[in-house]
Amino acid sequence: MRQPPDPRPASRQASDRGAAPDPRVFGSGRNRDGIVLPLTGAVVAIAVAVVTLGSVAVVLAQGTGFALMSADWIAVRFTVLQAAVSALVSVILAVPVARALARRRFVGRGVLVTALGAPFLLPVIVAVLGLLAVFGRNGALNSGLGALGLPAISIYGFHGVILAHVFLNLPLVVRMILQGWQAIPAERVRVAQSLGFGPGDIARHLERPMLRAVLPGAGLAVFLICLTSFAVALILGGGPRATTVELAIFQAIRFDFDLGRAAVLASVQFGLCAVAVLVAGRVTIPSGLGVGLDRPLVLPAPCGWRRWVDAVAIALAAGFLLAPLMTVAARGVSGLTDLPVAVWQAAGRSVMLALVSTGVTIAATLTLAQAVIRGGRLGRLAELAGMLPLAASSLVLGVGIFLAVLPFANPARLALPVTALVNATLALPFALRLILPALREIEMTQGRLAQSLGMTGLQRLRLVTVPRLRRPLGFAAGLVAALAMGDLGVIALFATEQSQTLPLQIWRLMGAYRTELAEAAALLLVALSFGLFMIFDHWGRRNAGS
Amino acid sequence: MKSALIAAGFACAATLAHAQTPVLTVLAYDSFVSDWGPGPGVEKAFEAQCGCDLRLIGAGDGAALLARARLEGGRGEADIVLGLDTNLTAMATETGLFVPHGVTGTLDLPIAWDDPVFLPFDWSWFAFVHDRTLVPTPPKSFRELADSDLKIVIQDPRSSTPGLGLLMWIKAAYGDASKQIWTDLADNILTVTPGWSEAYDLFLQGEADMVLSYTTSPAYHLIAENDDSKAAAAFDEGHYMQIEVAGVLASSKNPELAQQFMAFMLTDAFQSVIPETNWMYPAKTPEAGLPAGFDTLVKPAISLLLTPSEAETARAPAIEEWRGVLAR
Repeated sequence: MRQPPDPRPASRQASDRGAAPDPRVFGSGRNRDGIVLPLTGAVVAIAVAVVTLGSVAVVLAQGTGFALMSADWIAVRFTVLQAAVSALVSVILAVPVARALARRRFVGRGVLVTALGAPFLLPVIVAVLGLLAVFGRNGALNSGLGALGLPAISIYGFHGVILAHVFLNLPLVVRMILQGWQAIPAERVRVAQSLGFGPGDIARHLERPMLRAVLPGAGLAVFLICLTSFAVALILGGGPRATTVELAIFQAIRFDFDLGRAAVLASVQFGLCAVAVLVAGRVTIPSGLGVGLDRPLVLPAPCGWRRWVDAVAIALAAGFLLAPLMTVAARGVSGLTDLPVAVWQAAGRSVMLALVSTGVTIAATLTLAQAVIRGGRLGRLAELAGMLPLAASSLVLGVGIFLAVLPFANPARLALPVTALVNATLALPFALRLILPALREIEMTQGRLAQSLGMTGLQRLRLVTVPRLRRPLGFAAGLVAALAMGDLGVIALFATEQSQTLPLQIWRLMGAYRTELAEAAALLLVALSFGLFMIFDHWGRRNAGS
Repeated sequence: MKSALIAAGFACAATLAHAQTPVLTVLAYDSFVSDWGPGPGVEKAFEAQCGCDLRLIGAGDGAALLARARLEGGRGEADIVLGLDTNLTAMATETGLFVPHGVTGTLDLPIAWDDPVFLPFDWSWFAFVHDRTLVPTPPKSFRELADSDLKIVIQDPRSSTPGLGLLMWIKAAYGDASKQIWTDLADNILTVTPGWSEAYDLFLQGEADMVLSYTTSPAYHLIAENDDSKAAAAFDEGHYMQIEVAGVLASSKNPELAQQFMAFMLTDAFQSVIPETNWMYPAKTPEAGLPAGFDTLVKPAISLLLTPSEAETARAPAIEEWRGVLAR
């Protein structure tokens, strides 16, 4: 077999053999910036740890017994299994889709890439109903099969849980991997082309190292998201076979009022999170593709069968992800004009909340990411702290904060600030996962130069970091804003006189038989989340990197 | 965080403004408090006579309410908890957080009521609701349902009060044979949802043939939507009742006002709001009677109900039995 020369710089090839470059080289104590940033970063890391682990501690302190039941262990086993399979399937399916999107240019590509973000932003019950409209007993797929005289397919069961989790998370993974493709320095691609690399060679020397760097993190994110899944798993899993730890926590708090058990279960979730973060850290190998001059990247688009493979990958993904969304839109649109004023007011409040959460999260993430990169061993701890919220049980988080503020203030009055804080905390891991790899790359490639030029603080942020970080930053901000629109878990406990947020309004409409209005309000929520997402994402992709 | 500060500021200002008028805080479940529930009507009627400010705070469902009251543990501002059902009252009484309601008077329930701590405000029977046009001959018992090919969607007893109600229903009707009923029903259960709303939505979307809801659910479709296609199936073994109750918290700073609200709860002003907002039967039928349309509803011949202490004892083993059968 032909062995073409490796187009990567020699200094980076070492990393393939496991010797990861030490980022501390670029952020030593001599740098004024380097001392200040890890300090504020440490503050952020500690704050996140206090909110997440502290709430568990508060709940634990209120509990009496700490014994788990045998049913709890069954739930733990099911939770880990479904999360691992969901992560694996999402990642495997995302690679061909992301590659196709990375190397093909077609009309509507930009719209499609943006629209792919939408499933992730759907409120749980809306996503479930959308999926059932396509794959359900009465859905489009089974109607089609019936018309052809074929037996119906049941969505309910383990495969249903995986299907739903892939539906919700595939877009996120596609975007994460797509970013990896786009971050391959254009210079490497040019060298590869001038050396006459075929698609197979490019895959081996450019794409595979990139995937080794990106996939573990993406898989980790999906695993952790699915770790706290509850309603999706139960409904599509078809019953108590699909009991997750989060449902066990729900039961422990709501019916048994066994706070000790709830706290222990929440700790189990954190333990699983810690193990997953460590494993992902071990298998991640920096791509070592090195420095580029941020030239616009045009990946070679191979012809022949590969063209068809890419077309099929894009078409299948678009159909799978967009069909349920279409049904959600179709069902909600008729009721939009009938929505009462209270729903619109709640929508306004939710948008404000989302923007506040976004500001807090992005600032916290940038600070934390700097600390992770420059903090060495402590940096890894900071990274773990940043991932903790993904494994946090929102119910335990809510109960913990509730108990913590109760002696000092009426929790009902703090509903909105607490929601903003919790949403910001829960969204931080997503932002961190998106920003950290890009920032690490920037620090490795530009850090030395920036340092030698004496660039610090805001100046460095503005001239060096943000221009290169724009794409992941915009995507992360969009994601955070949209996620903060949707959260319901915590505010329900801090309930107040009015229906404060849009998700709560949807919930109340559903509880009052107003299904049509609830569907319209859900569509409004999706549209607003998606709108926020698009604005930030568009900012990020416009002239990104140039 | 600016909006948080502003919100906090408004909250303080609001507290000062209301300092003169006494405030009664009632914790209720979300759909009671919502703009489409009984909350607004009840608030208006009570404030017209009490010279006070009635604050209705929504907190999840019945089970969440009790959890919230226990979390507050007497440190909160709530005076009354409204929306528990009889499957929860034994546990609630045991917490010692509630004091006797002290209201006397007759109720229009199918059973006698003598709980000194909790007072009913509405009730209905659990039932499987179906679409008459799609299921023209609904099953007449759990056994018929189990023998049919019909798919039902139910709620999880670990997270929802109707879900727990179904467990108690089968327990009350079949006693020790309940396990066999669940075994036979297993292939009819399309899926289990965390709460009532998801289950009912799945049913309305046509995913399931029947859904666990109430005999009064069809009244909503009939009265509010002019749709008479929805009906509840009458079961020969009888129907389990959900009786929704309210109780006064011992920590109330306005015990007299709380007392006044409990008495008000059984007056026409409160009770007449219930049928067409909560879609349940009023605990005491108003003088004007029930709204037109309620007469078309299924009226079970047998009403089933475990006493609160029976329900409390049965709960954990029944959940374990249910989980054991369905998790296979």
